[in-house]
Amino acid sequence: MSENQEIRTPVSVAGLEHEYPHLEPSANNPQLVERVIAVMFLIGIALLVAFGACYWINAQPWKLGATLGGAMFFLGVGLIAWGKYLMPRGPFVEERHTLANSEADRDAFAAAIVERGGDVVKRRKVLGGLLGGGLGIFGVVAMFPLLRSLGPLPKGTLDHTDWKNGSYVVDQSGRRVQVGDLAVGSIVTVFPEGTQDTDRGQAVDQTVLIRLSNEDFTTQKGRETWAPKGYVAYSKVCTHLGCPVGLYEQQLQLLVCPCHQSMFNVNNGAIPQFGPAPRPLPQLPLYVDADGNLRAQSDYHVPIGPGFWERHV
Amino acid sequence: MTDVLNTKRAKQAALGPYGRVGKSLDELDDRLGIAKGGRTFLDKIFPDHWSFMLGEIALYSFVVLMVTGVFLTLYYIPSQAIVTYHGGYLPLDGQKVTQAFSSSVDLSFAVRGGLLMRQMHHWACDIFVGAIVVHMARVFFTGAFRKPRELNWTIGGTLLILAIVNGFLGYSLPDDLVSGTGIRIAYSIILSIPVVGSYLGFLVFGGNFPGTAIIPRFFILHVLIVPLIIIGLVTAHMALLLRQKHTQFPGEGRTENNVVGSPMFPVFMAKTTGFLFVISGITALLGAFAQVNPIWQFGPYDASRISYAVQPDWYMGFLDGALRIWPSWSFHSFGFTIPWEVFIPAVLLPGLIFNIVFAWPAIERRFTKDDAMHNLLDRPSDRPKRTAAGVAMLALLGMLFIASSTDVMANFFHVSLNTVLWTMRVLCITAPFVAYPITYKICKELQAVKGGGKRKTPNVVTRTAEGEYVATPAPVYVDDLHHGHEPTEVPKFFPADTEEPGDSGVRVVER
Ligand code: HEM
Ligand code: FES
Repeated sequence: MSENQEIRTPVSVAGLEHEYPHLEPSANNPQLVERVIAVMFLIGIALLVAFGACYWINAQPWKLGATLGGAMFFLGVGLIAWGKYLMPRGPFVEERHTLANSEADRDAFAAAIVERGGDVVKRRKVLGGLLGGGLGIFGVVAMFPLLRSLGPLPKGTLDHTDWKNGSYVVDQSGRRVQVGDLAVGSIVTVFPEGTQDTDRGQAVDQTVLIRLSNEDFTTQKGRETWAPKGYVAYSKVCTHLGCPVGLYEQQLQLLVCPCHQSMFNVNNGAIPQFGPAPRPLPQLPLYVDADGNLRAQSDYHVPIGPGFWERHV
Repeated sequence: MTDVLNTKRAKQAALGPYGRVGKSLDELDDRLGIAKGGRTFLDKIFPDHWSFMLGEIALYSFVVLMVTGVFLTLYYIPSQAIVTYHGGYLPLDGQKVTQAFSSSVDLSFAVRGGLLMRQMHHWACDIFVGAIVVHMARVFFTGAFRKPRELNWTIGGTLLILAIVNGFLGYSLPDDLVSGTGIRIAYSIILSIPVVGSYLGFLVFGGNFPGTAIIPRFFILHVLIVPLIIIGLVTAHMALLLRQKHTQFPGEGRTENNVVGSPMFPVFMAKTTGFLFVISGITALLGAFAQVNPIWQFGPYDASRISYAVQPDWYMGFLDGALRIWPSWSFHSFGFTIPWEVFIPAVLLPGLIFNIVFAWPAIERRFTKDDAMHNLLDRPSDRPKRTAAGVAMLALLGMLFIASSTDVMANFFHVSLNTVLWTMRVLCITAPFVAYPITYKICKELQAVKGGGKRKTPNVVTRTAEGEYVATPAPVYVDDLHHGHEPTEVPKFFPADTEEPGDSGVRVVER
């Protein structure tokens, strides 16, 4: 064996003599390494002191982070270098012992479980059965309060919004929208009056109102009266995953969802033209009352938003 | 005989050769019996290969998460009650926001060191999940998951899921516009589960979205329940490691029945403590110089608003990508809806991927019929099928991740969204099938390389008495001498070279 090879043959840590080459540092020049590490520790300590000072005077966050991070970094690198270059170079070896026990030990263990356990169950069948059944029922019954008190049941609430016959159309600040308010081609987010400040209003009732140039506009057959004076309203909740469909591409007449880029055609009843959304945005039937206010004829005719099992249309 | 009592030397002698420390240890051993086990623990050998460091990165970034997280809990208020913001960030002054949001903004501007802690916490999270993934990849590609370590592979996979879940929960806590949109999407994903979806959604959220319960609920999950489970599983992970000992790469003096490396004390302890410091330091530097999650710019959550180009944290990217490219296949019949367009990419797909991960040790055993104990690691190229399968999976995940920025790509390359969409669909399906054979072939080629995986050794050129130059290869590095483990035979297409003196006039001798 060459000299190199001898040194690199692993030995056990236990019972090592002092003159073993394995106990020497692995650095060729330990004095130099020691000095470098000392400098790193000094920098680390200086930065720690600087961190304390920065904290004391309430310096900007980046100064806190730079001093703290720099300090940790230098202390850490110094410590790693100490371990790597100045501590016993090894390599050392440790024996592995088989995890498995002897056949006899295994049998004794298995016997204890199978025979003793079997005895108990076989001799007290009724008790065992009752205990098992009791625990099972406990498991099921315990679920009721645990789960059931977490929230109400849906009970069809996902099918409706707060829009109803006669609801005034209001904008985010609660102002009623009148026929003359919107310039042609503009868009505004609206709510049924009274919900504009509520979580539910913002999450469920949110609707986009767009004024198109064509005054007798019809999106689909059977919706002739829904868009008076070119005002068309669609649910703002994307039918894919419920993001607000917030972008309006006026030239292409498209509503675009910023989450996964579903695009809905404003002209034909918001039929999805691109992207993962499976259904059109439901359209809200509108009318203009005698005072020129925009109002809803009814709720949406279909449930708004993403799909769910009980969604029946 | 001179009885010298009360001198310094006699006192020391009475303490025994190891002085006060030895005495205290004796006292401890009297009561706990720790001497033998303690010595074994200090002598425990850790392999020196760099790839064993990846797990440590995960562990230490979790430590950073806990320390910074506890700091955050002191100031963060988990409540959706509405307050009027009057803090240090003037653009938001007077706005109605939730307490969760306003306390998170205050944490960033009013609490000394608060912004640093928030950003460190966020960076540590990104590093944590990343380190787990890379650590897992090394365990996979080297076959460290084989018998007897299947259980630790399963624990590791569970930890990855929990880390992702807790990252999502924490990301949601500030209740800003971006994270609120994430919660909305999570709610819709729960709704998409057939039959029970809407019930589950209502139970989790305490009613229809958004309600006022979700932030407090996410909070308790994020700071107590999930971290507790993680701590329990990490403990089990370490205990199994201690019991089964480390794996190691083959090399000089290394067998299935030993471990070669550095002892726990002092070498490994010094290195690993230093490493903890370095990870914390890097996290602090990132927190200082790399802004992350500037919630005050996003503004408070309002379900009817959205900011443009919303992107989740990186570890959610593959789900977002899958949701983007999945076709709009909703199923509707008999008065019921199954939202396949959401359920498949967001529930079934990740379920399938993680089930493959969990089942892998069993799958591989079924094919190899290999029931032996394995403590020596594989070189990835020696197991071309496994390596190719792993790369195929990573290729799929990578493509899904890229697909999460279809809009950005369309803008950047000035192509239509439709083109990008279809490109990503094709890439996601083909990438695994392309990656597999290529990886397989590369592995086979690497096996055929003479001395592959071993460091190059220099040739020692000597001049003989007759004036001939002779190049003798220096001995192979001892670490590179593989024992009892040879790559599978590969066909040889060319006859072996015959040794001829080259034009240089140097004769190369085989060692
Ligand atoms: C598995 C480990 C953990 C992960 C992956 C994780 C991840 C996150 C993330 C990504 C955030 C958002 C940070 C931001 O505002 O940008 C967060 C926030 C938070 N985390 Fe953690 N965290 C973990 C453990 C903990 C622990 C152990 C605690 C406390 C005991 C904690 C307390 C908090 C608090 C209070 C917030 C809200 C801070 C704010 O809104 O500014 N986290 N977490
Ligand atoms: S939520 Fe609108 S496209 Fe996904």
